[in-house]
Amino acid sequence: MTLDYAFILSTLPAFFKAVGVTLQVGLIAIATSLLVALLNATILVFRTPYLQKLVGFYVELARNTPLLIQLFFVYFALPAVGIQVSGFTAAIITMTFLGGAYLTEVLRAGVDAVPQAQLESGRSIGLSHGQLLRYVILPQAGILSLPSLFANFIFLLKETTVVSAVAVPEILYTTKSYIALYYKTYEMLAVLTLICVLLFLPLSLLLSRLERRLQHGQFGS
Amino acid sequence: MASSGLELLWVSLPQLAKGAGQTLSISFLSIAISTIGGVFYGVLRTLNVTWLNAILRIYLELFRAIPVLVWLYLLFFGLPIFFGLSLPSFWCAVLVLSLWGASEVGEVARGALHSLPRGQREAGLSIGLNAAQLYGYVLLPQALKRMTPPTINVYTRIIKTSSLAVLIGVVDVIKVGQQIIERTYESVLIYGALFLFFFFICYPLSAASRVLERRWTQA
Amino acid sequence: MSALIEFHGFNKFYGAQQVLDGIDLQVQSGEVVVILGPSGCGKSTLLRCLNGLEEAHSGSLKFLDRELLDKATDWREIRQQIGMVFQSYHLFPHMSVLDNLLLGPLKVQKRQRREAQQQAEALLERVGLLDKRDAFPRQLSGGQQQRIAIVRSLCMNPRVMLFDEVTAALDPEMVKEVLQVIQGLAREGMTLLIVTHEMAFARAVADRIVFMDAGRILEQSPPEIFFTNPQTARAQQFLEKFSFVATSPETNPKKELEPL
Repeated sequence: MTLDYAFILSTLPAFFKAVGVTLQVGLIAIATSLLVALLNATILVFRTPYLQKLVGFYVELARNTPLLIQLFFVYFALPAVGIQVSGFTAAIITMTFLGGAYLTEVLRAGVDAVPQAQLESGRSIGLSHGQLLRYVILPQAGILSLPSLFANFIFLLKETTVVSAVAVPEILYTTKSYIALYYKTYEMLAVLTLICVLLFLPLSLLLSRLERRLQHGQFGS
Repeated sequence: MASSGLELLWVSLPQLAKGAGQTLSISFLSIAISTIGGVFYGVLRTLNVTWLNAILRIYLELFRAIPVLVWLYLLFFGLPIFFGLSLPSFWCAVLVLSLWGASEVGEVARGALHSLPRGQREAGLSIGLNAAQLYGYVLLPQALKRMTPPTINVYTRIIKTSSLAVLIGVVDVIKVGQQIIERTYESVLIYGALFLFFFFICYPLSAASRVLERRWTQA
Repeated sequence: MSALIEFHGFNKFYGAQQVLDGIDLQVQSGEVVVILGPSGCGKSTLLRCLNGLEEAHSGSLKFLDRELLDKATDWREIRQQIGMVFQSYHLFPHMSVLDNLLLGPLKVQKRQRREAQQQAEALLERVGLLDKRDAFPRQLSGGQQQRIAIVRSLCMNPRVMLFDEVTAALDPEMVKEVLQVIQGLAREGMTLLIVTHEMAFARAVADRIVFMDAGRILEQSPPEIFFTNPQTARAQQFLEKFSFVATSPETNPKKELEPL
């Protein structure tokens, strides 16, 4: 099976740009999700009664529905009530919605793992809520959650391929476009596979190493 | 406006049901195959045969590195070219979701088997059990409990990911919904309904998984 | 008469470290051999080589005149004849006591349920635990679980029983009940290889003491000689750590254990 290497080379600039879009969407989504999750984690830590329930509700809603439906809802349904967004914006909104929920769960687990005694001893030396969060809870919760956080970051990065469904020019969309235009299916799929492997495999291996380093027992003790 | 919305849903029910049938069929088939495949993977990985481990590890990393949607396209566009085989998109979806699901369930199984005390394996071997008996009577029964909550979570993800099948042309519940929207423009209603459809299937599973996890980690 | 078990020039390495060095050991049928030695001297490893849980690197290991260090050795078959009891008993927690006992006889030896159950219950009765036959391991104490672990091995009708520090994980009050079971087996003439730290027990039950250090056998002698007049300096050092046994030869250790 011979590949048309000349053609592949000619498409490389476009793919380079596409990787840029993938990273852009992914990294922005990671950042915004983290912000949402930190906000939620704060609410959960300080057990604000009404808001806590709201956070729980949000997490369940976002985690039990597919990204694709959320995306279609924002991109196709919202215009009917007057809210028009670009594919890129829709992508960021929905990935933040989904990612925020996942990261909230990770932080919640991390926070739960910090012993109650820590909160008490922190309060007893007069730390304010903000200081408690910043100096006592988050550092400890952070370390415990690190592998999980990283795993979810990788997940968000990979999920960017789904936003190709609303014409965001990331790697999958670019591949599909070129296949539709030039019919060089084999070459384009090969490039796509290669990009995925080069982009995501090192991250996944890094995660495995991180998990092993932090020796996190998932089952029993 | 609300009543005409519900009326529309009621009238479209047969079509939607057919689409839902496709979505759920893909999901259930993939769940079933993933479970069997995953347990096999877990058992094979814990046998510690070097070359076998290497192959399984490559399989795992391939499905981790390449997103499911990309796999769907690889198979859908690639199979005809590579193998001259034209698999209907329904079966492409089942194949991809099963292989991916099996790797996920497999890692859960492997972790569960690995977490059992080493002495269980030794005690079983010491009374003369062979590998099949060791796994069948001693190791798997104990691992099964530990595996269940995380595996249910994998099932939930399979169901959600099955939504991607619409992008390779399966006429699933999403496609049907889109067809209705084309005729009636009721996008908020339909997408909202689809949203709830998935929610009411996945939420009970997630909740069940949490309940079981809490109950069984006390044992 | 050739020995039941024969180690000859037996060697084992963990990577670069030699854990068993030139082991020469013979065990006759009906003998009770107790292996003593400091931690890490290889005594557990020696036992585990005997039922195939550890692999050896060179030398010879014969059981009933058959060479076990052979690729063709069917360890499943050997393990039915050489039973092993572990420090952490490792009963199968998801099965009742009776099911634990019957798994081997029914599934490996393919015996009739009635016959196997009769044997299992008779043995349970002998160790005083017949009323626990339908209980689950988590409902039992450590001493009870260990006695049942011994019965589990006995149900396979082995020729040899291996005991790997079986009382080390038990609360002191439960140690005696387990040792009594082992003493009973010794009296019946079963071939036993025991690794233990219970000196008084070793003295009472052993036909021969094998003293190991750093992977080698330094001394083999009858218990009376070993405990009162050890031949090697290392053995003397070792016994000094248990000086309340070695320096009080007046106390008759046999009286400390009630007859079964």
